[in-house]
Amino acid sequence: MLEARGISFRYGPREPLIVRGFDLAVAPGEVVGLAGPSGRGKSTIARLLARHLRPTDGVVTVDGAVVPARGFNPVQLLSQSPVFAVNPRWTVRRIVNEAWTPDADAMRALGVRQAWLDRYPHELSGGELQRLTILRALAPGMRYLVADEITSMLDPLAQAEIWAALLAVVKERALGLLAISHDAHLLGRVADRVVTV
Amino acid sequence: MTLFSVDRLTVAFRRYQGLVGEVDIGCLSDLTLDVVRGEVVAVFGASGAGKSLFAHAALGLLPGNAVVTGSIRFEGERLDAARIAALRGRRIALVPQSISHLDPLATVGRQLGWAARRAGRKGFTAGDAVAALDRFGLDGAVLARYPHTLSGGMARRVLLAIATLGEPDLVIADEPTNGLDPDNADRVFGYLRGFADAGKGVIVISHDLSAAVASADRVAVLRDGALVATEQAATFREDGGAGLTPYARALWRALPQHAFSGVAHA
Repeated sequence: MLEARGISFRYGPREPLIVRGFDLAVAPGEVVGLAGPSGRGKSTIARLLARHLRPTDGVVTVDGAVVPARGFNPVQLLSQSPVFAVNPRWTVRRIVNEAWTPDADAMRALGVRQAWLDRYPHELSGGELQRLTILRALAPGMRYLVADEITSMLDPLAQAEIWAALLAVVKERALGLLAISHDAHLLGRVADRVVTV
Repeated sequence: MTLFSVDRLTVAFRRYQGLVGEVDIGCLSDLTLDVVRGEVVAVFGASGAGKSLFAHAALGLLPGNAVVTGSIRFEGERLDAARIAALRGRRIALVPQSISHLDPLATVGRQLGWAARRAGRKGFTAGDAVAALDRFGLDGAVLARYPHTLSGGMARRVLLAIATLGEPDLVIADEPTNGLDPDNADRVFGYLRGFADAGKGVIVISHDLSAAVASADRVAVLRDGALVATEQAATFREDGGAGLTPYARALWRALPQHAFSGVAHA
């Protein structure tokens, strides 16, 4: 179980609270939607869950324990703009292999082509790059995914394909998934339940 | 009457190949599009389809190595670079994509003042600035604020206020609702519709197909730098989009509120 208990966050002691006493639990195999208007801290919650930020108050745990600061994080964050989540000077192969070495089946499941691996990030489209950041996150130790508007920049066809692939992996590996989106129709399609902030 | 049109607009970028060779990389080919007064035309495409290139070409904002062919006309007059520059910010206005187009070191009031000067408005007063913000539901206190203290929705309305100070005839909005929640997005589209209803022409560039269909009269669909279809917005809504060209229909059917491309999930 991925749990947030009473997490709050502010950037500094005199800054306003962006997240205030937020609770959430995502079970293995469960897809939870997170919805809400702009400025309610959805992306901050995503970063707190994936330990990109530390909560000012409260705690984030996986199976009751705080994730250690070192080593592979079982909670991985996927963001809206994959181009900012990759090193532009690395080939795609090196980017993915930093986390793990996917086999042909894993690549096929996400529609990632072998030929992409020798390219640099700017030589791929947004949809292709998003598939690669998902592939990278699927390393063996990963158990929870936080998907923050991962298809909002993509066209509807790419969006539907990526979600079909992602939901299949989530089901197969009994991963927990938090899907953050403004699109109520999308969350209605992919989530078992929706939490609104 | 046609307010603005592009005819066979083609944009390529010239790059060096090897030491002495040059190669033109085509990015937008043979785009033909027009907008009449009172009309909202949406230009839809995935990232990389050439939407922003089109907007930048229409506004004469492409970098020096861009090779542009085809013609751009405003009220029937063929525009060259100098003429576009003269109309830009006055009769043709761009509502840019993001808050990063505001100067982070200047208050909203100062930026409105600059825009008024660029648009050639003489004797622009604080009262005029308050009125400009009021059109978009912002109160006068916003004048003293800096961009980083504005929410995404407020920033977008400030950009709308700045773009329309000169009472332009053509408004080009580049992804005007990116990152906005549905309430704020509806509001922005409502203002754009209002411009058209007031007799202006509006071009909305968007990768949000359902928003484009909901807000526009016609939707131009770009794919890999080429225009694959220009559809009436109503055609999408009738009969599940049965009357659309195949690519437009596939896009429409792939939306989560429609078939979601057959993704089966509870």
